[in-house]
Amino acid sequence: MSKVHVTTSVNGDEVEFLADPRETLLDCLRDHIGLTGSKEGCGTGDCGACSVTLDGTLVCSCLVLGVEADGKRVETIEGMADGAELHPLQRKFIEHAALQCGFCTPGILVAAKKLLETNPNPTEEEVRYWLAGNLCRCTGYDKIIRAVMDAAAELRQEAA
Amino acid sequence: MVAINLWSSLTRFTDGARVVEVEAETVGGALDGLVAAHPGLAPIIEAGVSVVVDGEIAPNRHAQLPEGAEVVLMQRLKGG
Amino acid sequence: MAKDEFKEFKLVGTRPDRPDGLDKVTGRARYGADISAPGMLWAAVLRSPHAHARIVKIDTSKAEALTGVKAVITRADFPTGLTGEDWNLQENTMAGERALYDGHAVAAVAATSKLRAEEAVRLIEVEYEVLPHVIDVDDAIKPDAPVIREGAADATVPEGMPPNVVRYMEFGRGDVEAGFAEADLVMEKTYKTEATHQGYIEPHACMGQLGADGKGEMWVCTQGQWFIRKMCTAVLGLETAQLRVTPSEIGGGFGGKTTIFMEPLSLALSKKAGGKPVKLVMSRSDVLRATGPTASASMDVKIGMKKDGTITGARAEFRMQGGAFPGSPVDMALYCAFAPYKLTNVEHVGYDVLANRPKCAAYRAPGSPMGAFAVESLLDEMCRELDVDPLDMRLKNAVREGDTASYGPKYGSIGLVETLEATKAHPNLSIPLGPNQGRGIAAGYWFNHNGETSVSMAISEDGTAQVSVGTPDIGGSRASIALMTAETLGIPYEDVRVNVVETGALGVNEPTHGSRATFASGKAAVIAAGHAITEMCKRAANEWGIDPEAVEWVDGAAQPAGDNAGKFPPMSIAEIAGKMGSTGGPISGHHESVPEGVGASFGCHVVDVEVDPETGRTTILRYLVVQDAGRAIHPAYVEGQYQGGAAQGIGWALNEAYIYGDDGRLQNTVFLDYRVPVASDLPMIDTVIVEVPNPGHPYGVRGVGETGITPPLPAIANAIQEATGARLCELPMSPPKVLAAIKAKGG
Ligand code: FES
Ligand code: FES
Repeated sequence: MSKVHVTTSVNGDEVEFLADPRETLLDCLRDHIGLTGSKEGCGTGDCGACSVTLDGTLVCSCLVLGVEADGKRVETIEGMADGAELHPLQRKFIEHAALQCGFCTPGILVAAKKLLETNPNPTEEEVRYWLAGNLCRCTGYDKIIRAVMDAAAELRQEAA
Repeated sequence: MVAINLWSSLTRFTDGARVVEVEAETVGGALDGLVAAHPGLAPIIEAGVSVVVDGEIAPNRHAQLPEGAEVVLMQRLKGG
Repeated sequence: MAKDEFKEFKLVGTRPDRPDGLDKVTGRARYGADISAPGMLWAAVLRSPHAHARIVKIDTSKAEALTGVKAVITRADFPTGLTGEDWNLQENTMAGERALYDGHAVAAVAATSKLRAEEAVRLIEVEYEVLPHVIDVDDAIKPDAPVIREGAADATVPEGMPPNVVRYMEFGRGDVEAGFAEADLVMEKTYKTEATHQGYIEPHACMGQLGADGKGEMWVCTQGQWFIRKMCTAVLGLETAQLRVTPSEIGGGFGGKTTIFMEPLSLALSKKAGGKPVKLVMSRSDVLRATGPTASASMDVKIGMKKDGTITGARAEFRMQGGAFPGSPVDMALYCAFAPYKLTNVEHVGYDVLANRPKCAAYRAPGSPMGAFAVESLLDEMCRELDVDPLDMRLKNAVREGDTASYGPKYGSIGLVETLEATKAHPNLSIPLGPNQGRGIAAGYWFNHNGETSVSMAISEDGTAQVSVGTPDIGGSRASIALMTAETLGIPYEDVRVNVVETGALGVNEPTHGSRATFASGKAAVIAAGHAITEMCKRAANEWGIDPEAVEWVDGAAQPAGDNAGKFPPMSIAEIAGKMGSTGGPISGHHESVPEGVGASFGCHVVDVEVDPETGRTTILRYLVVQDAGRAIHPAYVEGQYQGGAAQGIGWALNEAYIYGDDGRLQNTVFLDYRVPVASDLPMIDTVIVEVPNPGHPYGVRGVGETGITPPLPAIANAIQEATGARLCELPMSPPKVLAAIKAKGG
């Protein structure tokens, strides 16, 4: 199948690649532009390990075709820190031991960041339901929820 | 002499004995003694067993058997 | 509790950031599928759609003719003549004469892209002769069941047993019949548990390279790089030392990544493709269909109890299938089943059975959760019948140091009584419950494991230290090993770097399994650090011109031991290290052993549930894990193990199961259908770390990884009975089953 030329912005940088029309955005990120921070846990939209934002919308990049990213803005885990300065969510995840194997972590961080942009003061229940599409098999979610709530509190303080 | 406690389905190979006494100073010696006394046990010992000496899994064949030690043969322990 | 004891330590028991944290929150950490190499090919695997079928013919010509296809392999490309477990591994990697389960690999392709490899796989034509299959463990031991493999039984199986029984065991002591005769109440029930999957979020992935000279390399997500090396080379007939295996970061394993499934395929394809590296990444459905689930079980338990709760006799007969190969954990299940209780009359019988399912792999405390589901459920029912408090009953019968375990040996130092008492004292037990709510309690056990261990540590020129371990870090073990090493050396935690190294760098290490990484690699690192300290004391003694015996190591520096030794200011690790080139060369420490002194870990869980009487749906309201850690080196990661184990147990209890159609095909091969607990299914999971230090470890560590998955299965069943009056003896306790049980009760 002949390849399609795709021009897109990834974490603020302009990126071009050739995509087979059957390839997912996740495959393109990982295999064509070397951003392997987004993970494939299922390929069917059930685990959230591949979470990215596309023009600001949280998506499973395994369910989006690479060619669909043409002309759009993609944000991935690799763009979450501001240079050397971690996003408060990233810091809180380390501080709260909210990761064990760390494989779910990039997707959960991307999803949680979107949550806090949407709702800066979520209840525990709201965090649990927002992250219900992000599987973690290691932690039982306890420390993840705590880390997200704590990061939210810190961000609110900064904003105040 | 040390007395080796076997699991009971092994009694098929030991003429019904649950406890077999052998002359041995080490774990390896005890296993060899067991097989010498009851050759039918050979494939089971070769497949791998855990030897528990006074409550501790013996680390290797050269582990010493103190006089009067409690020796229990178990199927090999592993973990996840 | 033992917090006071922490005062003697500066670092052990604190909660610093983990050393690999930054890489893992920025997406930099490299897992199995995250590496590529120049000239790399992609592999894809063709799998059997049948549960049991003779492979009549495989035609690969069309696949081979496709452009971009560099190699196609079938079983014909593997060496012959293997025996025992090596043959089992080879047969499971690639089917031979027959496909033994839905998902069994039959051919594999390497091509220039992932899509091309997948296209090529679809061009392979296989002619199958479908054979009768058997899925359920009880069906598999019926006299007319399809025979999965003639001659697979080992010497433990007496003449005359059904052909799918491949291992048989009986053990126990005392006289159970006399025990039952002494009892005021004797109850007997049958329990069943379905197979579940470890469900690590990272699918198996590797990149293998093998030349015509028999030398190869592999990058792979695994719990044990030496196991991968040994198994791959055995399956392919290579010399072990010629394969160098580097472990990637690992996205969860839980026992399922202690063995091989498809790794040899990448090597065999690479060799056929002229030595180009070959990347092979499983899909989720491949993972569910063809990698280690746990066993399914059918279990009869009979227990006798006196009115005061004393257990007088106990008998367990367990039948477990672990797929089309020997190796279900029926032995471990039996060992753990009655392990918390002091018994004089006990009998165990076990059958390891073959069925047309994938080869089972270890899953967190293999066997223990099933046995506990049966035994702890029955004990709970008996307590209700006799009106005995379930915690008091457990305390009354609890094993203590020096008691003989139900499975034979004597216990060393254990903390079951302390664990039960801490449970009893917890505030969760006095929270009042509402209608349709129930509280369940259960205990659990895991032995913990030592295993072959080799660790090296070296002092750098500036007095910092590096530790090379062979146990991949799945849940924070780099942090705990760094804490113990730094504590021993008397230097800051940040001054220690722990590296998980490849097979060329150390002697043989068993995987991170059996809850052994912090215990075994940690103990070896402490001993290795001790060797380096001895050497540094010697260097200082030489400088001072005194006897090395007269030098002691305090707070990261050598100093004269007492005034008689001479008066010199302390010489710090940085000073000694800075001069090492001119004082005798590198300073390092090394230790290898199968470390003795493993400490077993008991746990007790308390769960509060609410059951919707209209739908049968169970909601976990509250969850408490109490478990003995010996000593928690990094308490946050100990809590993490407790919480993660509980969550997996909750999934197993309520929802997870392998579902097969009548055709023997697995029906739930995606996460949508094989549904693991999600964040909105669970409450916060409360933890209590009990600390009864293990005398067999320099810092008192017991492994903590596994015990926690065991009690949830029965604890939830016990809570559901209290909430509904209905007793569930089969897992999972999904809404339809709970509803049916409530209805059957007339509720
Ligand atoms: S990989 Fe996209 S949701 Fe799982
Ligand atoms: S930390 Fe392992 S899956 Fe979440």
